[in-house]
Amino acid sequence: MNAANRLTPYMFMLPAAVIMAIALIYPLGYMMYGSLLDWNPSQSIADAEYVGFKNYVTLFYDPAFRESLGVTLTFAFFVVVLEMIIGVGLALLLDRNIRGMSVLRTIFILPMMIAPVVVGLMWRYMYHPTIGTFNTTLESLGLPKVDWLGDHALMSVIIADIWQWTPFIFILSLAALQSLPKSALEAARIDGATGWQQIWFIKLPMMMPILIVTGLLRLIDAFKVLEVILVMTEGGPGLSTEILALRISRTATEFRELGVAAAMSNYLLLLLMALTLGMFAFTKLQEARAARLAAAIQEEE
Amino acid sequence: MADSTYEKQNPAFYALLVALIFMAVGPIALMLINSFKLDVDIISGTGGLLFMPTIQNYETALCDILPYEPDHLDFCSLKFGGAFINSLIIALISTALTLVIGCMAAYALVRFKFMGRDTASLTTLLVRMVPPAVLLVPVFGLWNNEFCLDRDGMIGGAIREAFGGRGDVCLAGTHSGIILIYVAMNLPFVIWILQSFIVQVPRSLEEAARVDGAGPFQVFFMVVLPLIKPGLAAAAIFTFRIAWNEYLLASALSDRDTRTVPILIVNNMSEFNVEWGVIMATGMLLAIPPIIFTLFASRQIITGMTAGAVKG
Repeated sequence: MNAANRLTPYMFMLPAAVIMAIALIYPLGYMMYGSLLDWNPSQSIADAEYVGFKNYVTLFYDPAFRESLGVTLTFAFFVVVLEMIIGVGLALLLDRNIRGMSVLRTIFILPMMIAPVVVGLMWRYMYHPTIGTFNTTLESLGLPKVDWLGDHALMSVIIADIWQWTPFIFILSLAALQSLPKSALEAARIDGATGWQQIWFIKLPMMMPILIVTGLLRLIDAFKVLEVILVMTEGGPGLSTEILALRISRTATEFRELGVAAAMSNYLLLLLMALTLGMFAFTKLQEARAARLAAAIQEEE
Repeated sequence: MADSTYEKQNPAFYALLVALIFMAVGPIALMLINSFKLDVDIISGTGGLLFMPTIQNYETALCDILPYEPDHLDFCSLKFGGAFINSLIIALISTALTLVIGCMAAYALVRFKFMGRDTASLTTLLVRMVPPAVLLVPVFGLWNNEFCLDRDGMIGGAIREAFGGRGDVCLAGTHSGIILIYVAMNLPFVIWILQSFIVQVPRSLEEAARVDGAGPFQVFFMVVLPLIKPGLAAAAIFTFRIAWNEYLLASALSDRDTRTVPILIVNNMSEFNVEWGVIMATGMLLAIPPIIFTLFASRQIITGMTAGAVKG
């Protein structure tokens, strides 16, 4: 091997490494440092006063931050659980040999591709107290109006997210279902397993690894949601829909406390880091298990 | 589906399908219909489909690039056309850059063993989950204050001479500034998704090319790239989607001349009196490119999505 050959991989890596170092890693380090400062947007970072972990402690005891964290966790929990149930359920139901399945899947991915800003806009219109679709429908049926973006804001926001992201779970679980080995299902059918038994004892357990990764991916994404809520409610009424991402952006732009916003970002980052590492560990575990199984089978032969 | 015989389903099943399709497309259709209505019609809410369709909302939205002046407008306040062009420039350039840089890195990670490979691959995996909101504070600070050509420096001085301004030239407020952060943000995802496609390229093909005297870059561009076209298409669509739809970082980094469409929509939504017709027309215009992609490349999108999750 000559020198040019040894350098090849580095030349392929170089552009990506440089860009990620400048625009991801360095900013993240800058943020860690910034979170230790009393820093407002009109100051440069060199002029800001060093305050140690004060921002973190303040946030820890800040009721608004705690409420925002609570809203974020509630939102993520309900969104992921409901989307998993509906998405997997639909996949089990629609896993049939029907005409036009590809058209159906195309239609289902539309909501995911549209800008979150536009999704927020559509739902804000539909939830509108007087001219919105839901309330005019309720009214024409003689039912009482619902204050969607007022008293039930969090629920309404969750519904909009379910509309947009259930298809993601659906598509992935459908793919998982269709890659299941036909022989296991065939064997179960011959043994006389009912439809429910097939689902409960064979399909779901065999899909489980993919379902867990899908759920974790969705959970990580649920913490990133911002635009839909910003357009629909702007975090209100009160703090009832102010998820962390929104609170960070408001702390930085409205309250002009960059240090606090940076500390808050760090809390969010830690949370997501834990989730990502969990997902990473899980896939590694699965791979190890699959490798062990394969080895065991080979030994038997 | 290879076999062309379809199972007969009972009517309830088809009813469910229709309901699902209605739920998925309904809100989008509603927005499309409303974008052709006057505000009066939207607010009075009379008769869903019985109205005179008008393109007035689209004229208002696009007033800065229309060749004629619409009669109903005195003043063109909504500069949608300019924002649309900004969005297009930013999304296209950042997608192209991300793809080129990303597939080179993915190739190195899959095909070569080198020092620092594990670190690089773990870092890529970890930064993939960083949300835009977390990047907001540091990116705002850095792009405005650090990533600047100094006012005392040669190039900065020359630019100030030529264009005026406050003296130093920073990344914030330029197209390049937004493009840089989008490329960085999308790279981990693109590298990750392309790895699973590159693994599948048979090594023997690459070796054959090498025996014939092709250098590593030739092998990569002439042999590997054509074989991973489906992966590239999927990655391109996902990158474009994020760059096209993103709001938060763009709003922190852009100025009046580099504003993108999502910013325009959010700004017009937060006013007390929302002009529903116009805002829905702008929303529709923003939604059209992703919708077209979905209709023509849904197969690639689904492949990309499943490759991302299943082969993670």
